Amino acid sequence: MTDATDQAGEVLVLLAHPALQTSRVNRRLLGQALEVPGVLVRDLYQRYPDFDIVVEREQALLSACGAVVLQFPFFWYSTPSILKEYQDLVLTHGWAFGSGGDALQGKPLQCVISTGGQDSAYREGGYNNYTMDELLRPLEQTARLCGMQWAAPFLVQGTHALSDEHLGRRCEDYRELLAGLVQGAGRGDGGG
Amino acid sequence: MHGQGFFMQAFIYLAAAAVAVPLARRLGLGSVLGYLMAGVAIGPFALGLVGEEGAEVMHFAEFGVVMMLFLVGLELRPALLWRLRGPILGAGGAQVATTTLLISGAALAVGLPWREALAVGMLLSLSSTALALQSLNEKGLLGTAGGQTAFAVLLLQDLAVIPMLAVLPMLATAAPAAAGGGHHSLVEGLPGWLQTLVVLGAVAAVVVLGRFLVRPAFRFIAAARLRELFTAFALLLVIGIALLMTMVGLSPAMGTFLAGVVLADSEYRHELEGDIEPFKGLLLGVFFIAVGASIDFGLVAAQPALVLGLVCALVAVKLGVQLGVGKGARLGLDHNLVASVSLAQGGEFAFVLFSFTTQAGVLPTELTATLTVVVALSMALTPLLTVANERLLMPRVGTREKGEEREADEIHEENPVILAGFGRVGSIVGRFLRANGVRVTVLDHDADHVDLVRRLGIEAYYGDATRLDLLHAAGAGNARAIILTINDHEKLMEMVHTIRRHFPDMSIIARAPGRPEAHALIEAGVEHVVRETLDGALRMGAATLGELGTRAYAAHRAARIFRRRDEALVHEQLGLRHDRDDYISRAREQIRTLEELMQSELREESMPVQDEAWDTEALRQKLSGPDALKR
Repeated sequence: MTDATDQAGEVLVLLAHPALQTSRVNRRLLGQALEVPGVLVRDLYQRYPDFDIVVEREQALLSACGAVVLQFPFFWYSTPSILKEYQDLVLTHGWAFGSGGDALQGKPLQCVISTGGQDSAYREGGYNNYTMDELLRPLEQTARLCGMQWAAPFLVQGTHALSDEHLGRRCEDYRELLAGLVQGAGRGDGGG
Repeated sequence: MHGQGFFMQAFIYLAAAAVAVPLARRLGLGSVLGYLMAGVAIGPFALGLVGEEGAEVMHFAEFGVVMMLFLVGLELRPALLWRLRGPILGAGGAQVATTTLLISGAALAVGLPWREALAVGMLLSLSSTALALQSLNEKGLLGTAGGQTAFAVLLLQDLAVIPMLAVLPMLATAAPAAAGGGHHSLVEGLPGWLQTLVVLGAVAAVVVLGRFLVRPAFRFIAAARLRELFTAFALLLVIGIALLMTMVGLSPAMGTFLAGVVLADSEYRHELEGDIEPFKGLLLGVFFIAVGASIDFGLVAAQPALVLGLVCALVAVKLGVQLGVGKGARLGLDHNLVASVSLAQGGEFAFVLFSFTTQAGVLPTELTATLTVVVALSMALTPLLTVANERLLMPRVGTREKGEEREADEIHEENPVILAGFGRVGSIVGRFLRANGVRVTVLDHDADHVDLVRRLGIEAYYGDATRLDLLHAAGAGNARAIILTINDHEKLMEMVHTIRRHFPDMSIIARAPGRPEAHALIEAGVEHVVRETLDGALRMGAATLGELGTRAYAAHRAARIFRRRDEALVHEQLGLRHDRDDYISRAREQIRTLEELMQSELREESMPVQDEAWDTEALRQKLSGPDALKR
């Protein structure tokens, strides 16, 4: 189920892909997410084509869930723009951070990222010169500031050359990851 | 020979109309005066192209009034009619009763016997539905408070014809003329209760016919798929009802009006309107020409003082009474003036009733001849009075109403934004700005609008926003921006030029209905030209793409890109347009522009409809070329 209903799942997947219709990897990944019980997918570009994000609603969904997944293609070493807009608008002072800002406290934050370049391109001296961990520091620190548990990112890399078979395996991994998060969220202590 | 005579007459009438009406409109006098002038020109006292048969033509053309009331009925849903019941009975009743009394009194005073005086009073209390409605409609005033009041009064007058027809024969002093001409009635010989029953039955028949029979009949005719059959049926309907009403002694105009109201909710309403409209317009035109031709200038020349005195007295009495009635109905002065001026004349029913009364032996022939001229002249005077009212009186009224409440609050409220026009578009802009804490001064030419806006606590002034003094008064000297949302584009352009000349520092945000208007505004140096239909249309387009499975963001971007391209095209076309003063070539230019636009959209390369970014699949294909993936 995508976000046709606003019912909170145990795991909230925030999907951001501006051209999902032409995406291969993220569409397959989405297909997996939709099949896992207890997962609510929010397709941000479909929901907010004019970036008019309804802050109260998003905060309510974030409050209600047990874990947050950000699923997106890696654009210019960052998230697609709507996900940045989402952070800017929704993660407000006094709600997500700062005094009294504990709405996200203790919830796991799992990034699920596709990159066109191979793993080997993301290292010192490589095409992209930095590792994914380094490039994701801003997100990691965002999670920390909000008291969330930063999880090691789930990466699908080298998508330009990715075989269908390999992609299928990664989809299986993704499904397991989500199922684990749902379970962890159910126990109330978050995953690891 | 007869046929040739008819064509000759038709040729003369049409030619006169084709010359006089455009001339009159160009002079800002309205079409009615144009037709009247055409009539005078071809009449026996100018060119003499038409003679005695003018009266006959007039009787025929009176049918235009019947059609007009049918069309008016079509516009009036029963619920709206019910809402108007107060004005119809109140204002209408007051006008007819007071005018009848005053004119009868005056006639008595000049020595007419009381029966004749009463008859004259009744006949002259009626105004011209044809003239009043036509000119109110032409100026778009029918929907305003003034127009509605005038309409209510006219409706009651039409109703009043029925009892008048019943009462008038009782006033007879001479023996009725032998051949009872005009009004044959089936019910004449019947006892009173049976007459009433037949009349009620006829009215019920019209309602039942309209409700239950017209739709199936239309469906049956639609199956034949012949356009002219629709027209034939529409005419059949109107003529049939008119005949039925005449047979039972009711006003045919009332009958068709009723039928119109009954059909106002039906799905064939627009079809009927479209079919009847041209006939109505043509017949009314011919009617007005006939009125003009029938003005007996011989009589005027014989007794100029008497005739002109009577005309002035008639117009003055009607104007005065209606102003009083309007005041009683709490109309604003501007609306009251519009209503009163439009009703200040004798009506076409007076002509009918004159011949009726002469035949019935109520009024002597000499008297009706004089009165016919008086009524015709009063009708000719109305369009002139209307023009005078618009040009001379209304501007003052506006200033005065504004001045009264103004001075006090204007000085300490210098709002940064002026909003001209508080209609469909303006009200949204105004609400939006107010919601965002921007203080706005509203200008509108509808006094009722202004009252409403004021009651909501927004500063608003009545008046024609094209006027420099009003702009000054609204604080244009200090305002940062002015928003022009008025409907009338010519007026809007006039405003733009005034503002540019006198308040060059004020930014203009103006609405444009379409491309040609947008061009004119851009050329005039307007900062923000907003084509009012563009965003709404593109949102509809994007929503449709969404329904067909395009993702919301892609549809949104496509609409954005399209809008940007389209706006750019508006600027590109700017240099290419020409002949824009000519109405016909402007319409043609619009079609040509649309054609060009659609053709350029068919050539794919000219129009990027999608973003190139984010297309990860296309990137993958590009990169999977030779040695692209080494890294």
